[in-house]
Amino acid sequence: MAEKIRKWLKKDGECYLMLLPFLILFTVFTVVPVLMSVPVGFTDFNMIQKPEFVGLSNYKALFLSDKIFMKSIRITLVFAFFTGFVSFILCFFLAWFINQLSAFFRTFFTIIFYIPSMANVYAVWKIIFSGDINGYLNSFLMDVGVINAPIQWLTDGNYIFTTAVIVQLWLSLGSGFLALRAGFQNIDRTMYEVGAIEGIENRWQELFYITVPCMKPHIMFAVIMQIVSSFTAGSVIQNVVGFPSTDYQAHTVMTHAYDYGWVRFEMGYASAICMILFMLMYTVNQFAERIIFKNTD
Amino acid sequence: MHGRKKGNLFVFIFLAILGIFMFFPVYLTILMSVKPVEELFIFPPKLYTLRPTLRNFTDMSEIIRQNRVPFSRYIFNSLSVTVAVTVMQCVVVSMAGFMLAKCRFKGRKFLNKIIVIAMLYQSNMIYLMQYMVLAKLNLINTLYALILPSVASPVGLFLMKQSISQMPDSVIESAKTDGAGLFRICWQIVMPNQKPALMTILIFAFQSSWNMQSGAFVFREEYKTLPTVINQISTSSPARAGIAVAGAVFLLIPPVLVFSATQKQVIETMAHSGIKS
Repeated sequence: MAEKIRKWLKKDGECYLMLLPFLILFTVFTVVPVLMSVPVGFTDFNMIQKPEFVGLSNYKALFLSDKIFMKSIRITLVFAFFTGFVSFILCFFLAWFINQLSAFFRTFFTIIFYIPSMANVYAVWKIIFSGDINGYLNSFLMDVGVINAPIQWLTDGNYIFTTAVIVQLWLSLGSGFLALRAGFQNIDRTMYEVGAIEGIENRWQELFYITVPCMKPHIMFAVIMQIVSSFTAGSVIQNVVGFPSTDYQAHTVMTHAYDYGWVRFEMGYASAICMILFMLMYTVNQFAERIIFKNTD
Repeated sequence: MHGRKKGNLFVFIFLAILGIFMFFPVYLTILMSVKPVEELFIFPPKLYTLRPTLRNFTDMSEIIRQNRVPFSRYIFNSLSVTVAVTVMQCVVVSMAGFMLAKCRFKGRKFLNKIIVIAMLYQSNMIYLMQYMVLAKLNLINTLYALILPSVASPVGLFLMKQSISQMPDSVIESAKTDGAGLFRICWQIVMPNQKPALMTILIFAFQSSWNMQSGAFVFREEYKTLPTVINQISTSSPARAGIAVAGAVFLLIPPVLVFSATQKQVIETMAHSGIKS
């Protein structure tokens, strides 16, 4: 046994040593928290008293009696459709368009579209959507004559979801967008020449018969990035439309977890919420992978 | 070919229009940060200003100075966190990326799988549990609480691994036969060729740590970061709208400069970012 371990250490020991710094930090700050949240989800825990095992009651409460949670799941799914899926399509076509320009404009547009995801500039949206006549949108719409009284974009339950989607969409061209940009740039030009000989006539055919199949790995990376950012959205929305939002109209699952974790200190309940959110993301991710790699295996 | 030219013009116009929409809020932020206070609340709001001023910026540092903690302290905190996270992440992720890309050892496949799944776990989902871990380690209310959890980034490791696996094996094999250890191969042979990947990890780490709010991990004023304080000011009262946008501009400038300078390398690295099934 000892002999075996020594042999194994001699062979792989150096590799593990190089991996060690990453593994330690990754284990302590990602793996342990993830593993901890599983049992905590089955307890009643307020961070002061000892956690008390309650079985499945958190999950039962979530699905059977927490109406706001069910609403937040619906909101998160619709939200993810717009800021994840629609945004992905947008990223894809923007990257494709940008790729057809000259080097200068490629750089120029990449920076322009990427700026919003770089910093906390979203504070300005509160001023654009401000509910008085001084808000940029209200004053513009009143000027043109579409409306004659200011609309409460940030507090009127009919509008805040749309407002939140617009803001999140605006800052969703992040690392997924960059990956797609790079994917387009990376495609071998000779593929297109071969394609032209094989009878491909226009850009659309080029896109579907040559580009997309070549870019599948990049598409997958971008999809993961979009899933993560759209499903875990919450803090920016909280900042713009307030917390809690009117009638919980912009209350995402993440916001719900924040509510229970940091406002009410019900850690068990909050962990259960995060667990469900992760399962949701994982399912969507598997589903996307299935679609993207459908024809390649 | 004629149709292509026309198509390019159409593409350009489309991008330009969308670009204007995307840039408009950024433009407004910059504009409002240099507008004098009297002009901020006039009707109708104007899209230009005739008397640009730096009042908002001086007011911002003035207000922050009235705090118990000097403004420079917040900048120092943010800079320390940013530099520490960026440097540590580059070092740690480079070594691990090299291992996952080029070395065969037990558990490699498993680790690769874990990393891809971990990319789905964004930090705010495990924030609560991270808090408990940090509390157990007695790190709450220190800058370490902001630094350590962001160092081992799965996305960073993934990008580095993908980029290194593009290198030919022969280079590494020949270094091995010359008797070089893995540590030396990593830093003297592999990493000098991975500048674009390093730049990419640098820019992502820089962006996220520069914008990091100290949140629940730090509640002692002297360890809070700059974005936290600027956010506190901006949510406090509407009369401080000008100061809030000045803060946003102040925070935006460094990442934009860094990204503009490294944009080419970032795209080059992302070219290898694909996930194969």
